[in-house]
Order: sequence, then structure tokens, then C-alpha cells
Amino acid sequence: MATAEKTKKKKFRGVVHVLPERCKGCRVCVEFCPTGAITMSDGFNSRGFHYPEFTYPEKCTGCELCGMYCPDFAIYGYREKIGEGE
Amino acid sequence: MSVEEKVKENPVEEFLRTDRLPHVWCQGCGIGTTVNCFARAVRKCGIPLEKLAIVSGICCTGRVAGYLKLDSFHVTHGRPIPFATGLKLANPELTVVVYSGDGDIAAIGGNHLINAARRNVDITVIMLNNFTYAMTGGQVTPTAPYESINTTAPYGAYEKPFNLPHLVASCGAVYVARWTAYHVVQLTKAMVEAMNKKGFSFIEVISPCPTIFLRRNRLGDAIAELKFYKEHSVIKHGADTSEVGWDETRPDEIIVGKFVDVERPDFIEAMNTHLSKRLGDKYVWWGKK
Repeated sequence: MATAEKTKKKKFRGVVHVLPERCKGCRVCVEFCPTGAITMSDGFNSRGFHYPEFTYPEKCTGCELCGMYCPDFAIYGYREKIGEGE
Repeated sequence: MSVEEKVKENPVEEFLRTDRLPHVWCQGCGIGTTVNCFARAVRKCGIPLEKLAIVSGICCTGRVAGYLKLDSFHVTHGRPIPFATGLKLANPELTVVVYSGDGDIAAIGGNHLINAARRNVDITVIMLNNFTYAMTGGQVTPTAPYESINTTAPYGAYEKPFNLPHLVASCGAVYVARWTAYHVVQLTKAMVEAMNKKGFSFIEVISPCPTIFLRRNRLGDAIAELKFYKEHSVIKHGADTSEVGWDETRPDEIIVGKFVDVERPDFIEAMNTHLSKRLGDKYVWWGKK
């Protein structure tokens, strides 16, 4: 209940989007995500690499550090206003 | 997952030739990270894309020109700086960026680097330093640190490596900075500053090479190297460049930051001022007055 109130107060939420086919599984985004919102998935892409997954959306602040670090342009984040499109 | 459906585009997508992706760089290579920073810097600096040209030589980093959707040129080994000088002098309105590796700029094109810095040609040089000739299999470069193992130095390198910020600063570069692939935000800011700076700007980016340099020296993977940069980097803006050299394979401190930011007339300006003084009205001013 407390967390629900907290999220209500926030004006935006962070969103991370992954393009699995570009990923080479270097895990940099997972290691350097400041809040630990990203984890590696169990699935494989067509070239046999594990790719990251946006597992904990509630933790994400939308800082887009994952997008800046990604050497393969396979992940990016942005901030979305809460209430938009709902 | 209504959020996932509302997909915005990757902010760097418009600067990439996406039909050529995924790229050839290895898993965890720092070049892609710096290209990410560069694309964001291009967006921030406000230079129109038709006025921006990028020149690369031959090396892993030389591939950058092929992946960026800008006016890009991929030239012979070691010669991106002479090419960029010609491009800038022929069309002074262009912003010319040289994006290449240490083997290309410091070893084979070393002479061009010091002469462009001396002349203060208005170009930006982004040099990615991974301490080895990665594309050709790991030969010793002039930037290979002491005792680092390379294919042509199986018992360790024993030559003194270049201190490139000191070299270009002593030759007269107006902007000299060094960052690592870990400092993405600072690197983006430095790239914006360097592109907007008039004169020869030089940025050295220290970057992990997981397949050649780190593997041969048994230093772990790219993440271990980025964590090493995180723990051992010391930001010293305006540091004395003679003290920023990287001598050991694993130094205790990597000095990063903006070392030099001075003003000096660039090549075209110096030429115009000098020749108009000598020739008077006969001289036609080159470029914007």
C-alpha cells in the first residue's frame, strides 16, 4: 500500500526497451543499472546470446544509463508521464 | 504490457545505418559505447547534420564511419588527419571529426597528428585507445603499456608508451581531454565542447578490448575492466599533462578530465590574417570573415 502511494506521487515512470536481435549479451546494462531494474533473460536471440530483460519496471528511474552504455544500441530507456495513454 | 507497446525509437537510431547492424565489434567492446556518446553529442551540439563530416582510418574504430549515417569517409591507414585537414581547408564551413584508434592516429599517423596540432587545424580528433592493434591480432602499439603481453611482445612490452595528451598539448592543441568508456556522461559533454571549439581538439578515450588486450593479459572481461576504470579513475581538470601518462599495465590511478582548454588562432584564421597583412587588397579572404 505504501509503495502504491509512493508511485502515485511520482510524475513519471522509467521505461526500458530492449531490441534482442542486436544484443551480444555483454551484460554491461545489467551491471551498471543503478537501481537493478534489468536482469538477463533465460531466452536466446537468433545468434545464441542471452539478452537483457526489463524485469522490475517499478525500480526504473528512466535515467537511460543502460542506453548510454550499450555497445550494440540494443537497449534504451525513456521517461513517460504517468497517466499518459491510460 | 501497455507500456511496452508504446515503443519510442532509440534516440541514436537516426544517426546509425541500421541496415548494417549488428556491427562487427566484439561482445563488450567499448567502441559501441563511445559511438553512443558521439551520437548523443551530435544531437546536443546543434550542428546541422549536413555540415558535419566524420573521417576514420583503418582499425576497429575505423568502422565507426561505416555505421554513422553522416557524411563519412573511410580512408587509408593512418591518414584520416591529412584527409580531414584537406576537407576542412576546402570547405571551411564543415565541422570535421576524426574518429579513429590509437594504432591509426598515434602509430601510423603520428606525424600527421603532431603537425595538425602544431598548425591548429580546426578539426576534432576522437582517439579511442585500446592499447593494441586489435583488428590485426594484437601487435604492439606505441601506446601499449609496460609489461603488457602482445603477439609481437610475448614476454611483455618494454618500450615507453606515448603520453598522448602531453604530446598534443605541447604541440599546441587548444582542447585536450581524456575520459574512459566508463565516463559516458562526461565523455558526451567533452565531445560537445570539442566539436564547438575552434581549433585542434583532442579527446583520448580509454576503452576495453576484451578479445585481444584483456584476454592476452588475463585481465578479465569488459565488465571487469569498466569496474577497474570506475574504481581507479581520478578526475583532475587542468592537470599537468606531463604527469598523466599511463606506464604500467595496471596503474593505481588513471588521471582523466579536461587538461587543456585555451584559445589560439586556428590555421585558416592565421593564414588569412598573415596573408592579408602581407598582400593587402590583393588577398581574397578564405572562408567566413
